[in-house]
Amino acid sequence: MDFVRENADLFLDAFLTTLGLSLLAGLLALVLGTLLAAMRVSPIPPLRGLATFYVETFRNTPLTVVFFFIIFGLPQIDFVIGFFPGAVLSVGLYTAAFVCEAVRSGVNAVSGGQAEAARALGLTFGQSLREVVLPQAFRTVVPPLGNVLIAMVKNTSIAAGFSVSDLSSLLPRLVNADAGDLTLVLVGVVVGYMVITLPSALAVNRIERRVAILR
Amino acid sequence: MTTPVLFDVPGPKARRRIRIGTAVGVVVVVAIAALVLVRLAGNGQLEPQRWAVLFDPASQVPQALGQALLRTLQVAIVGMVLATVLGLLLAVGRLSEHRWVRVVVTTLIEFFRAVPLLVLIFALYFLLPKFGIRLSAFWALVGGLVLYNAAVLAEIFRAGILSVDRGQREAAYGLGMRKTQVMTLVLLPQAVRRMLPVLIAQLVVLLKDTSLGFIISFPELLRGARGLVEFFTLQFGNQYTFQLYVAAAVIYIAINLVLSWLARYVERRTRGNEKTAATTPTELPADVQMGGGGGAVPAAR
Repeated sequence: MDFVRENADLFLDAFLTTLGLSLLAGLLALVLGTLLAAMRVSPIPPLRGLATFYVETFRNTPLTVVFFFIIFGLPQIDFVIGFFPGAVLSVGLYTAAFVCEAVRSGVNAVSGGQAEAARALGLTFGQSLREVVLPQAFRTVVPPLGNVLIAMVKNTSIAAGFSVSDLSSLLPRLVNADAGDLTLVLVGVVVGYMVITLPSALAVNRIERRVAILR
Repeated sequence: MTTPVLFDVPGPKARRRIRIGTAVGVVVVVAIAALVLVRLAGNGQLEPQRWAVLFDPASQVPQALGQALLRTLQVAIVGMVLATVLGLLLAVGRLSEHRWVRVVVTTLIEFFRAVPLLVLIFALYFLLPKFGIRLSAFWALVGGLVLYNAAVLAEIFRAGILSVDRGQREAAYGLGMRKTQVMTLVLLPQAVRRMLPVLIAQLVVLLKDTSLGFIISFPELLRGARGLVEFFTLQFGNQYTFQLYVAAAVIYIAINLVLSWLARYVERRTRGNEKTAATTPTELPADVQMGGGGGAVPAAR
């Protein structure tokens, strides 16, 4: 029990780091991903091309490589970034590509009549996207979007490899503990992640039921 | 592209606006690219001799990167084969008629999907030795990848088995086959054929995840590049750092693009054939594509 008492603060710190990292990166991913999705359906070809290029590149790059470029690569163009902000940026940029795909599939799922009606009323592209299409798209993609964000929470664990003291980093950091204590750490880490993911999953379920559109 | 629904077919005014937007967009993109290039050039990163080292056999760099790539592929292949086998077993177990088998297997699947992949690998690498089982970095990495991917593949296979027409199973039973025979001779072959594109897509995810080996110091592609960087930095300062990282990233992206393309090709090939065409979606869910232990938490379905 001494072991638990001694390391309670360490554990709490690690948990809060993972939580903060998830929240900030999730926010970045949602904003950037929605922007990318809007670009991918926009009438301007270079914007479409740029967004497609972004999504294809990030989807085919391991998150570890993204981390690598943000943490070790950016300093090469004189842009030094701390480990935690770097982790937020890496996870956020990576997840944005998947958020974009989820939102885009939602945009495609909105029935064509909606967009046609919006156009018939004289709404511009921006207006019809903002006022008509995206609100409906978001409602239909609540489950996949929620799953992407939950997967992102688990992906934040990679920050442990880049000097961020998050939940996963507890295992290597406390590696000198004996078998029983280290097992306890593992259980704590797993529970720590579940404390974030399970309520999120429940929330996603609830939100989905509340906002779902019956077609 | 079909006629867009979201915006009108542009008239003369809109076309002018789009042309302006295009010009502005191109200028912005070019400006960003130029800024990055200028910064890189300012630091001397674009000098040809710095890049030449990547292709010069005398520097041992191509060989070292090749070796690292080989180890990455080795992990991916061993992992994929084992994960497929274990995934098949888990899928069959999940469809078992015995309740206790179903419960145990389902729990295992859900557990391995709920835990971040890196935590699984850490557990194998740091915790098992405490219990007297010492795994090399290679097997810890493969082990983690196998456990996680088998759990994901099990769900994929299960969907595939369930998608085989009921008449197939009934006919097989009608011919007097045993339960095992029906599964191994009739259901699994059809399910695997249908799931081939998804299987390849999952291989892309697995290949991406091999980069986690970097974190437990397994000398895969990234760690190999990092090792070279450290070696060169000792001798010449960090003049090759950027080039080596770019090389590693480009190799990863190239392999994954080829595999993604292969998955799409196989899907196109099989789509026309109703016997092999998948009835279930052949795209992996986005959260599974993210790798790193994504795609869990059943409550969100």
